[in-house]
Amino acid sequence: MLSRTAENLYWLARYVERAEYLARTIDATLRVTALPAAYIGKTNEWDSALLTAGVAASFYQTYEEANEHNVVDYLSFSVDNPSSIRNCIEAARLNSRSVRTALTSEMWDTINSAWIELQAVWSKGTSTREDLAKFLRFVQETSLRFDGSAYRTMLRNDAYWFSRMGVHLERADNTARILDVKYHVLLPEEEHVGGPLDFYQWSSILRSVSALTAYHWVYRETLKPWLIADLLILNDTLPRSLASCYGNLVRNLDQIGVAYGRQGPAQRHARGIRNRLEHSNMNDIFQHGVHEFIQEFITDNSRLGEIITKQYLI
Amino acid sequence: MAVAFDEMNIPGGDLRPAYQELARWLKETPPEALEYRRQEAELLFRRIGITFAVYGEAESTERLIPFDVIPRIMSGKEWALLEKGLKQRVRALNMFLRDIYHGRDILRAEIVPDDLIFQNPVFRPEMNGQQVPHDVYVHIAGIDIVRVDANDFIVLEDNARTPSGVSYMLENREIMMRLFPDLFARHKVAPVERYPDELLSALRSVAPLSASGEPTVALLTPGVYNSAYYEHSFLADKLGIELVEGRDLIVKNNEVFMRTTEGVKRVDVIYRRVDDDFLDPLTFRPDSALGVPGLMSAYAAGNITLANAVGTGIADDKAIYSYMPDIVKFYLGEEPILKNVPTWRCREPKDLAYVLDHLSELVVKEVHGSGGYGMLIGPAATKATIEAFREKLKREPEGFIAQPTLALSTCPTCTASGLAPRHVDLRPFVLTGSKSTTIVPGGLTRVALKEGSLVVNSSQGGGTKDTWILDE
Repeated sequence: MLSRTAENLYWLARYVERAEYLARTIDATLRVTALPAAYIGKTNEWDSALLTAGVAASFYQTYEEANEHNVVDYLSFSVDNPSSIRNCIEAARLNSRSVRTALTSEMWDTINSAWIELQAVWSKGTSTREDLAKFLRFVQETSLRFDGSAYRTMLRNDAYWFSRMGVHLERADNTARILDVKYHVLLPEEEHVGGPLDFYQWSSILRSVSALTAYHWVYRETLKPWLIADLLILNDTLPRSLASCYGNLVRNLDQIGVAYGRQGPAQRHARGIRNRLEHSNMNDIFQHGVHEFIQEFITDNSRLGEIITKQYLI
Repeated sequence: MAVAFDEMNIPGGDLRPAYQELARWLKETPPEALEYRRQEAELLFRRIGITFAVYGEAESTERLIPFDVIPRIMSGKEWALLEKGLKQRVRALNMFLRDIYHGRDILRAEIVPDDLIFQNPVFRPEMNGQQVPHDVYVHIAGIDIVRVDANDFIVLEDNARTPSGVSYMLENREIMMRLFPDLFARHKVAPVERYPDELLSALRSVAPLSASGEPTVALLTPGVYNSAYYEHSFLADKLGIELVEGRDLIVKNNEVFMRTTEGVKRVDVIYRRVDDDFLDPLTFRPDSALGVPGLMSAYAAGNITLANAVGTGIADDKAIYSYMPDIVKFYLGEEPILKNVPTWRCREPKDLAYVLDHLSELVVKEVHGSGGYGMLIGPAATKATIEAFREKLKREPEGFIAQPTLALSTCPTCTASGLAPRHVDLRPFVLTGSKSTTIVPGGLTRVALKEGSLVVNSSQGGGTKDTWILDE
């Protein structure tokens, strides 16, 4: 397949995944900031939201204060923020148009209808909380529909694998970023602090990666920070965990390697990261420093993106 | 202006045979049902994304071409005549191009004046003596036809470069079949769906000799911002070929390759929807980012077929147009079946004088223009517009031709105040491969939606209709 087609499919999937993640982040932040101050402490949750989205620096070039209005606007609707939900959806539509021939009609219809629907939101904005909630839900549903139609309708060939790789790479990045920003509330030494303050922080983290219910199913425990870290980093039954993302990335890269009869640096690099995740346990990670571990992971993950690009997409 | 030919009604109250069943159906169908279907059609177009871009408009860069749900119907007999005429014309176009870039018999015979060729910016000296596979230059032609009487089909314009609109022909049919199954059940409509298949075999048949047994065909598009991008992706999909942009192609050792995830892959035939000027920055416009550096040298080496060939603009130029009847006679020794619109060549002083005296009655067109831009429609223009145009014409007479305003035939069309006759034209698509010339029965009918308007271009408020050729 054309390299440009593969590149578009890969980025299309990343944009959709990112839009969903942003919607979840805003959703989770709205919930936690709706609580009385006594429950969440003095941290500025909107500032964290910006950090997890990786756009804090550019935000402060335009705005002075990270409050609900400004951050929601910047993350959702801003044309100046290259990773706003709006720009993700617009880019996804543009990418879809340029690879229409590689998309199934169901996938195209999902993106195109969502794009048509959202044009009204772009021009009018969301005036009420209810509108905003509806919008955020719509974005998440679009991602689900897109993922579902890819899963149900695409041929299992390189087009599918490149698109899946976009999903998993983006997902891994998002999960790692939220851990990076929130790692301090997950540290075991703060365990004794416990109490309601951290509880809401923890549930907010889980909510932004849609893992709150999963947590209870997996651990049958009250929220404990190291278990949350374990779930998001090492537990490969959770689709948004780093381990699961890398299991999938390795699989997709192998499938491509088999189809093309050739392996390369991308396969080796991905396998290296997966092996490290497989052979780690939370004790080691805490010893080593969660923060360092996550930062290394983020660097490694974006490095994989570069290698994939070089090996296949240009 | 003469009274327009009404394709449905015979003056006096009778119906033409091809429209009888439709008229009955229209009587049974309440207007609300038609309106409902119209909205449904529009929704389908939007969802499928059948849009086009209008240049120079910042807002709403993607627009729908209005679709009229009332089909335009022709009898099989009418079509047979038209088909014969189209094949004849396209055969002559190809022979003319072959001659212009080789022996130039027609110039020596003084049928077409030299300067019209050599001073023409669309003449490509790079093509002199260049062999193209099977001498086919125009693989895909879109011939614009208007009807002025029962058996009078007139060619308004030949499109021999990168004619567009065929996706509308195909999608209009799909949507009509979805919306009006019962109407189809009551007619025997010749199908158009084999067009992509015929296009692919025509393209494969003209692969260069150096191509492997299964030649690789790709469609070259300027990209998503091009006004006809939807059509490019639609056709690539239907043909099952790669939709490439200039940056996807590279030339190595005079062969063309596309960059794929498995390395480079040779391309043998390019169905290009990029104009000559932008094809190769090394040969043509150096600022073109849409093209492929080196493409022309691969072309000269005979390792790639371009469809249509480079330099076909010289055959569909409006100045050459007026010579088409003579061109047909010269190469084929036959009388042209399709007529030309009588044309005044403003480059000729006698003609210019006539045109200047009759501006308010004539349509004046730029020789190199397209899309309905830059033309004067005398009867519809204000005095000031006419005067401004007069100055332009005097300054550069060789840039213009003039024609009488034709009474384009009309078809019943949905309007705000119910069904009413509107003017239509027809663009059939003629395919030429190594062995044969084929046309799927029908084409794209464009309709001027404004009352009295004769401009059918989508960029100027025209719409489209499904075109039915009855298989009797």
